[in-house]
Amino acid sequence: MSLSIIESCVNCWACLPVCPSNAIYEAKPHFKIDAAKCTECDGDFAQPQCASICPIEGAILDQLGAAINPPGSLTGIPPSMMEAAMAEIRAR
Amino acid sequence: MELTVLGDNAAQNSAGGGCSAGSCGSTDHQVSHLPDHIREKVENHPCYSEKAHHYFARMHVAVAPACNIQCHYCNRKYDCANESRPGVVSEVLTPAQAVKKTMVVAANIPQMTVLGIAGPGDPLANPEKTFETFRELSEKAPDIKLCVSTNGLALPDAVEELAKHNIDHVTITINCVDPEVGAKIYPWIFWNNRRIKGVKAAKILIEQQQKGLEMLVARGILVKVNSVLIPGVNDEHLKEVSRIVKAKGAFLHNVMPLIAEAEHGTFYGVMGQRGPSPEELSELQDACAGDMNMMRHCRQCRADAVGMLGEDRGDEFTMDKIETMEIDYEEAMVKRARVHAAIAETLAADHAKVSAPVMTVAAGTRPVQMAVATSGSGVINQHFGHAKEFLVYEASPNGVRFIGHRKTDQYCIGDDTCGEKESSLTTTIRALEGCEAVLCSKIGFEPWDLLEAAGIQPNGEHAMESIEEAVAAVYLEMAKAGKLEQAVITAAA
Repeated sequence: MSLSIIESCVNCWACLPVCPSNAIYEAKPHFKIDAAKCTECDGDFAQPQCASICPIEGAILDQLGAAINPPGSLTGIPPSMMEAAMAEIRAR
Repeated sequence: MELTVLGDNAAQNSAGGGCSAGSCGSTDHQVSHLPDHIREKVENHPCYSEKAHHYFARMHVAVAPACNIQCHYCNRKYDCANESRPGVVSEVLTPAQAVKKTMVVAANIPQMTVLGIAGPGDPLANPEKTFETFRELSEKAPDIKLCVSTNGLALPDAVEELAKHNIDHVTITINCVDPEVGAKIYPWIFWNNRRIKGVKAAKILIEQQQKGLEMLVARGILVKVNSVLIPGVNDEHLKEVSRIVKAKGAFLHNVMPLIAEAEHGTFYGVMGQRGPSPEELSELQDACAGDMNMMRHCRQCRADAVGMLGEDRGDEFTMDKIETMEIDYEEAMVKRARVHAAIAETLAADHAKVSAPVMTVAAGTRPVQMAVATSGSGVINQHFGHAKEFLVYEASPNGVRFIGHRKTDQYCIGDDTCGEKESSLTTTIRALEGCEAVLCSKIGFEPWDLLEAAGIQPNGEHAMESIEEAVAAVYLEMAKAGKLEQAVITAAA
């Protein structure tokens, strides 16, 4: 049972101090979660702390590999709008 | 105890609408009306005194990457070296690196008076890193003022510690006092181990900001309030924000324009929220000025900016360069004290002169905006083509007042993926819209002709003269030449 951090992590440090299990560590190219230590905050908090403070959609995955904060869930930007804006910028 | 607020003077406010004395006439007035103990704290702080920003430099160290809230104008993901806006940095530093960098910069830029921690996240969401940096610096560089900028969520818990480290300047970003407005600006906060969204989140944030403001004022710590002007979201509301923060004892209000471009990947950028025009910003600042002193010289700098407000010398002081620099801080401190004393003398001499040029024009003469190219010291001393920004002054029968600045370089240039390419001269001329003259030390033929064609009169006759005196002189010439007798010329039918 463990969450994981993937490459979209921006190394902002927010998650590290809030982890009750000291499972998060600084690593290159991005922070990682020690699977042996991660409890998903079970018994400590109602929601996993790292995923509750992480500002990057999709950067933290649950044990099944699904994004805990899917696109649009934190910024409020509908994914279609984001795609359209990025496509428009690429086309310039 | 309530601190006296600049411009909070019955006689000055009696005029009602129009121009508030707190921001009118000579900028000297801004500082001279303050009680001595506050004036001493701000007179060499470039971010707190418009006068000081011509002479003194500041730096930010980026030791605070984590944030506890999300703002719709911020995106933690994007980090472009060509961008200059809050929240953007090139490298995050450890407290030890930050201390080294501060001392090296202070030794190399003797005009430096202030070290701030402003991000790239929220300094108080990184309390250990922030306070370790302050603790070390207050010991090793006692001549440097320390200040911090925060969103306010964690502020009440940090006030004690801030006071302990002798932080006497705090900036709180307060964009609203109404949670319904706040919900349109802040999608979430992290609070008591939960991510909280919507109106509930905004309500908590607002309560914490107000409580923090009150606690700081109670301790005699100077508070500046920053607000981001978001047209259609909080523009009208900011007048109420200004009234409330003034009543609670904030001594300066800094309303800044929203920066929103799709390529920044922010909510506002992607959703097409526009920023305010210079006129809208200026109008709102004037409207708020009836209530309190307004800051108009903010450059919305990066969380790792170095140098005078209009410039960023961060490239000269990257960590790899700093590692190789040896300094003697004791000696540097002596030199800094000498440089600061010389500036103080200049300022005092300036202060002793009649502070505002006398305007001998008829009362009904219309006001004129002029752009000025300066690299500091309060004089016109920059070549037109070298200016990366222009300061805008308004001359009227009431005197000369500073109203803001215009950047001439876009936030992103030089890369095909970043914005449209445009001749920098065209960009510059467009940025000067609304100005009728531009004062600089020198100017080439090509820009001269283009400026004239755009209705902006170039003027290189006042090089090395005081900005305010030069602007007044040009205004008087324009009046004598009969250019100011009517309202701004509108196209005849």
